[in-house]
Amino acid sequence: MKNIVGYSDKISVCPGETIHFMVSCEVSHYKATLVRIIHGDTNPDGPGFKAEPVKSEFEGSYRGRKQVIRSGSCAIVPNHQTFEKLGSFSVQAMVWPTTPGQGRQSMLSRWDSKSNAGFILGLDDKGGLLLTLGDGTGALEHVATGRAMLAREWYFVAATYDATGGDVCLYQEPLKVHAKMDTSAELQQTAKVKPRHDNGAPLIIAAHYAQTRNGRTETSGHYNGKIDRPVLANRVLSRVEMERLRASVSLSSLGSEIVALWDFSKEISSDRIIDVSPNHHHGETVNLPTRAVTGWNWNGEEMCWRHKPEHYGAIHFHDDDLYDAGWEADFALTVPEELKSGVYAAHIETDDDEDFIPFVIKPRPGKANSKLVFLVPTASYMAYANEHTGVDGPLAELVAGRVLPLQPTDVFLNEHREYGGSCYDSHSDGSGVCYSSRLRPILTMRPKYQSWLGGMGSSLWQFNADTHIIDWLEQKQVDYDCITDEDLHYQGYSALVPYRVIMTSTHPEYWSKQMWDSLDAFKRQGGRLIYMGGNGWYWRIAYHPTKPGVIEVRRAEGGIRNWAAEPGEYYHSFTGEYGGLWRRQGLAPQKMAGVGFSAQGFDISSYFRRRPDSFNPRCSFIFDGIGKDELIGDFGLIGGGAAGLEIDRADFLLGTPPNALVVASSENHTPVYMVVPEELLANAPGMCGGESDLVRADMTFYETPEGGAVFSTGSIAWSGSLSHNNYENNVSRIMSNVLKRFLDDKPF
Amino acid sequence: MYKIKPEDKAFVEEFKKCPIGHHSPGLQRILNLFRGEATAGKYVLVCTTPHKQWALGVLSGIRGEPIRMTGEVFESLIDAEWYVFQRRWAKYTGEELTK
Ligand SMILES: [Fe+2]
Repeated sequence: MKNIVGYSDKISVCPGETIHFMVSCEVSHYKATLVRIIHGDTNPDGPGFKAEPVKSEFEGSYRGRKQVIRSGSCAIVPNHQTFEKLGSFSVQAMVWPTTPGQGRQSMLSRWDSKSNAGFILGLDDKGGLLLTLGDGTGALEHVATGRAMLAREWYFVAATYDATGGDVCLYQEPLKVHAKMDTSAELQQTAKVKPRHDNGAPLIIAAHYAQTRNGRTETSGHYNGKIDRPVLANRVLSRVEMERLRASVSLSSLGSEIVALWDFSKEISSDRIIDVSPNHHHGETVNLPTRAVTGWNWNGEEMCWRHKPEHYGAIHFHDDDLYDAGWEADFALTVPEELKSGVYAAHIETDDDEDFIPFVIKPRPGKANSKLVFLVPTASYMAYANEHTGVDGPLAELVAGRVLPLQPTDVFLNEHREYGGSCYDSHSDGSGVCYSSRLRPILTMRPKYQSWLGGMGSSLWQFNADTHIIDWLEQKQVDYDCITDEDLHYQGYSALVPYRVIMTSTHPEYWSKQMWDSLDAFKRQGGRLIYMGGNGWYWRIAYHPTKPGVIEVRRAEGGIRNWAAEPGEYYHSFTGEYGGLWRRQGLAPQKMAGVGFSAQGFDISSYFRRRPDSFNPRCSFIFDGIGKDELIGDFGLIGGGAAGLEIDRADFLLGTPPNALVVASSENHTPVYMVVPEELLANAPGMCGGESDLVRADMTFYETPEGGAVFSTGSIAWSGSLSHNNYENNVSRIMSNVLKRFLDDKPF
Repeated sequence: MYKIKPEDKAFVEEFKKCPIGHHSPGLQRILNLFRGEATAGKYVLVCTTPHKQWALGVLSGIRGEPIRMTGEVFESLIDAEWYVFQRRWAKYTGEELTK
């Protein structure tokens, strides 16, 4: 059983910078060492696991302690005198519950869990509106409509409490009426219990206060669904007054009875919620609930929240949202000058378990140590972080073409949902996970980890598959630096300026605009690009404007999607940029790399065959030492061949440059390989491997103005063939040929 | 949903020879039925020794619920494929395939 896990506060550090490591360990002691990751693949048919121990300041034994993750999002408004002094009150909101009937859920609360004091407006076990009152001496009273709400329907909900006589009114009104299905309720009742307002608790939306530990506010009773325009008033409002508050956008009409009216359409990109009343009871969201979602009044008139924020006044809360695990640090590393750039990890070990916390050491800004830079695709690692697709959906075995081989890590993640999902997963309420953070253990981003997506053989995916490239560079004694997607995003083109060649990973799928533009600038300045994988430059992402280590993906319109963004929710909340496939925004991957995503399958891989273009003298250097009829990569650790998993093709209509040479193509893929859905304007039979011409990878080369060039393999499986026959094989040979010429300053 | 027919029996041998990889359209159609089962009650493997040993499990179909282990253990993924194929063949046809 897993008894040790950890994460770091940063993913990329240069000499002089400090990185902190957070560890949860369920046994008394653990050992920590620094290692440089070379080859994370434990497959006995390959070169085997390689990690180089490195002396460090943190090496040693540590006392273990368990640290827990508290997932679930909410918004917290700090306590205030005004809340403490409430007597009578009214509370209202528009709500769109997604899991009514699945446990009691708090929608708006001022509640102290220790003394049971205050009030909670929420859902009862059956999904009806519930007002809970507590007097702080043990007396509790529940007033409930007793009528369940429907999931994914908008309701106006409200409660009033009259302190003089104890009268309570509840309102539960669906926006849409269905015949023979009345889910509305209105109720008047006298409560015996007087809610105690001077309870010291913060006001919390979508949860209630549990306790404060280590300076962090802990919450329970998390609500699933949307909340729009919540209001708190200091007297009993009439239904007409409530209606005015619900609909009106004019704030000048707000009377002094309004304690707070939170307009979530303000500052959508931030983690703040804004009280538009003069009292300014602003609050902060916790664990990144989804913003820029359609509100109760959205009608399709506008699809972009920036154009009509007043239709986007809702926040979608989830009981399994997670941004920052918030663990205490156990040890740190200030990177010494002499450590070379590369992929490293803090290796933490107990007697019977271990974990690796990977990070990148990059050179100091402007201080390159080589002409080659390897781009570590941390955004793609984050998008896939802790993915549960093998256990949560029925499609996995079909696309894998075999009974799913899961790892102990997958078993752990299945049972520990608090570790958060990937952008391939759905929340517990079925809505898609559009944010992913690295401030939590990402157990799929680990050496030794195998993934069901990785094909027969080594079964590697993303991080661990990329160590095949690191290993080959080490084996061939090629000098290289490493930088990450975050460096490219935040530093821009300047992160690439010192280099002649950039080499990608096996699967550089997720790109922000800043990353895209930086690489594009590099190419335009004569920089050379070696694309070592497939499915690159596919999804557009956004990084949060202020919070570190978190990305956003909106699964808009097209592409291979495990969930689809809802209508009207295609624009990133972080930046307001249109989300989805780059291809749908006029930038197909073919424009960056000459090839773009065409088909996928996850059983076995195939090989490449040379095409007539490969005999063009412009690219003869690529095939130096390779026979005319030689099959390329009909071997390898990933599915047994160099062409496989996710594969890309050249397409001159999509943007492959007209001067590009398609030098080799793969063939003979299994029927598990299917053409990507964005190619299917109309469904038709014949879209799988062995039938469709679109099921192929195209190895592509072209020169760029300013003397640069691009070489693309178009296959995720490619790098799994590098080590075959002790690194002496035609895949390795092609890479050596390409790298040698690409590192040569001579213009193409 | 596809219903297995008596003449599909011919594909059992084909599967046994090559459970993972290239298949005839006839075998692929059967596998699409078997492998496309809903998650509740679906077989999965859990690796017990990397690259050496896998234990058979069954998904509950309920999010977060532990995988129920059946007790069967395999030394090769190919053996596991054949075992699961046999179980599913029996489920859909009522016929037990002999080893
Ligand atoms: Fe992908």
